[in-house]
Amino acid sequence: MMVRSTLKYLAPAAFAACLTLGAGVASAQEPIKIGAFLAVTGPAAFLGDPEQKTLEMYVDKINAAGGVLGRKLQLISYDSGGDAEKARTFAKRLIEQDKVDAIIGGSTTGETMAVVPLVEQAGIPFISLAGAVVVIEPVKKWVFKTPHTDRMACEKIFVDMQERKISKIALISGPGGFDKSMRAECLKVAPKYKIEILADETYGAGDTDMTAQLTKIKNTPGVQAVLNAGFGSGPAIVTKNYRQVGVPFPFYQSHGVASKEYIKLSGGAADGVRLPAAALLVADKLPDSDPQKKVVVDYKNAYAERWKSDVSTFGGHAYDGLWLLVDAMKKAGTTDKAKVRDALENTKGFMGTAGVVNMSPTDHMGLDLTAFRMLVIKNGDWELGN
Amino acid sequence: MTVWPRLAQARTGGLAVLVLVIALLPLALTNNFYYEVAIQVGLNAIVCVGLNLLIGYAGQISLGHAGFYALSAYTSAILTSRFGWPPGAALVVAIGSAGLVAYVVGRPILRLKGHYLAMATLGLGIIISIVIATEDRITGGPDGMAVPPLALLGFPLAGERVWYWVVGVMLVVAVWLALNLIDSPVGRALRALHGSEVAAQVAGVDPRRYKVMAFVISAVFAAVAGSLTAHYAGFITPAKATFLHSIELVTMVVLGGMASTFGAVVGAAVLTTMPQVLTALKDYEMMVFGAVLMLTMIFLPRGLVPTIGAAFARWRK
Repeated sequence: MMVRSTLKYLAPAAFAACLTLGAGVASAQEPIKIGAFLAVTGPAAFLGDPEQKTLEMYVDKINAAGGVLGRKLQLISYDSGGDAEKARTFAKRLIEQDKVDAIIGGSTTGETMAVVPLVEQAGIPFISLAGAVVVIEPVKKWVFKTPHTDRMACEKIFVDMQERKISKIALISGPGGFDKSMRAECLKVAPKYKIEILADETYGAGDTDMTAQLTKIKNTPGVQAVLNAGFGSGPAIVTKNYRQVGVPFPFYQSHGVASKEYIKLSGGAADGVRLPAAALLVADKLPDSDPQKKVVVDYKNAYAERWKSDVSTFGGHAYDGLWLLVDAMKKAGTTDKAKVRDALENTKGFMGTAGVVNMSPTDHMGLDLTAFRMLVIKNGDWELGN
Repeated sequence: MTVWPRLAQARTGGLAVLVLVIALLPLALTNNFYYEVAIQVGLNAIVCVGLNLLIGYAGQISLGHAGFYALSAYTSAILTSRFGWPPGAALVVAIGSAGLVAYVVGRPILRLKGHYLAMATLGLGIIISIVIATEDRITGGPDGMAVPPLALLGFPLAGERVWYWVVGVMLVVAVWLALNLIDSPVGRALRALHGSEVAAQVAGVDPRRYKVMAFVISAVFAAVAGSLTAHYAGFITPAKATFLHSIELVTMVVLGGMASTFGAVVGAAVLTTMPQVLTALKDYEMMVFGAVLMLTMIFLPRGLVPTIGAAFARWRK
């Protein structure tokens, strides 16, 4: 009995050893290695955790369906904890030791930017899951990204404001990387949409009361709307205070609050807030004619079934990254890094959870403003705003 | 005949072992990832050797050393990338400025003792961390900033293998300086302070002067590692300035063994490599990491090197 069960374990091991020895011959059967470094724990875990789960889930699904190019996928994932230096070390490990075929990862902009020099030097396709514009601007040969940029969020909001004849606004933003980057991008693109920013208020990390800033905004003559660029608990507090102070203007939030948690934290105060977000949030409410509906509903249901929790747009970024890569490998017909990169760059009409992706040599994200939907919060739920 | 007794001393023998390890380690480093980890061990060890002078010998606590580390890293980064300074000059200014800050701040706060000193250094670290995270126009804010590569006499330092030798040499120099300092009158004065401040004062040691000296020296060691890290990594974020990083550094010193220079090196090596080894455990990584630390402190309370050293000495008798 003992011997037989030992043999059972030994046999595959011996087989694997033979495979490794005859690696040159058997290379077609080796798995395609996809490396990932994600902030699964730490302050950015709300990004990394759904990303990790999404990758795991779809690598399993793809393998169950026969893999890619007749080969299985193997996911090698490390937890960077959101620390840029750890991310860099893990990226080096993926490249040098694990010898992966492509890398997905970098939940935050800091992690991504720390890794960019490595992937550029090693020449390995890298799909980042970070938000900021700096990731793809200027264009880097091997670096792609799936999430919408903060600049797009600003533009989407400003377009909505123009439609509603709003041209003078107040800005209030927090201390995080997301907040600061978005504030800077909004200030930069505002003139293009003839939006005048009359007040530019900020709050600190861990502040629990923003009534002072909001009172100031309320008393600034000429303000027609308020935009809060923020992430985490800050925007929820701003929203509560916004109603307490009784600011009478329309209130905009960013895609940073696109989770049910925000609505819960701000109580009833979030009703009426407008924000740009990915279609994933309103998957069930999209009209059947919407070309994106199938992708987002399928992802949402699959995620809910496997992990028993609500889907988030962040996991969607990982979904898009993995499928973009698989798509590119299929098109290239190989895992040759340079060819996969070229195929990625030539991605056209790819339907992801973030929107339609049309990459080009000058655009390594490939999303336009249609990728964002303008949502409005009604009775504690998302509604399509237009 | 004359060589062996000298090699048996920690000061020469230990240093010889360290040089040997650094010289032979590349034989085991089969790819650049291993080099990367070795370089990080070296850089952390430089900070810990300095911090150990303050904690282990002078008996003063600092929970703000990540501040000096980051201050120097960011000074280097800002001077080279925003003002176009040559990296060498920036390095000198960065290290000098960290030393200056340590001196100016150290004089008043080293009057404090125990918890109060810990709090003051903690505050200092947090202030530096906040300034770096919020002055985003200069420092890049929470997303960090890129740093150009270091050049030595016109030759850019690039690649793990080159950096390995740079960091290796720096570590040997740091350890050599620390060992010599400890065996000098200054070192004896510091240890006297650690034993009893009053007794030391009676013996003619000016406590404040020596404490500030140890504080500045340890800050300079941290600054050297900070600047080098910034240039080596090519990218820095405020995570390196946080309280957590300070704690990590102190933990390395305590784990390796206080008042043991080689303990500091060993502590840095263990705590830097362990997370890489434990990644195979996935979700249990942090639990095992914590358990290893706890068990070490329970069963080897004086730290790895002093406890094992004492056991070895007993065994030889």
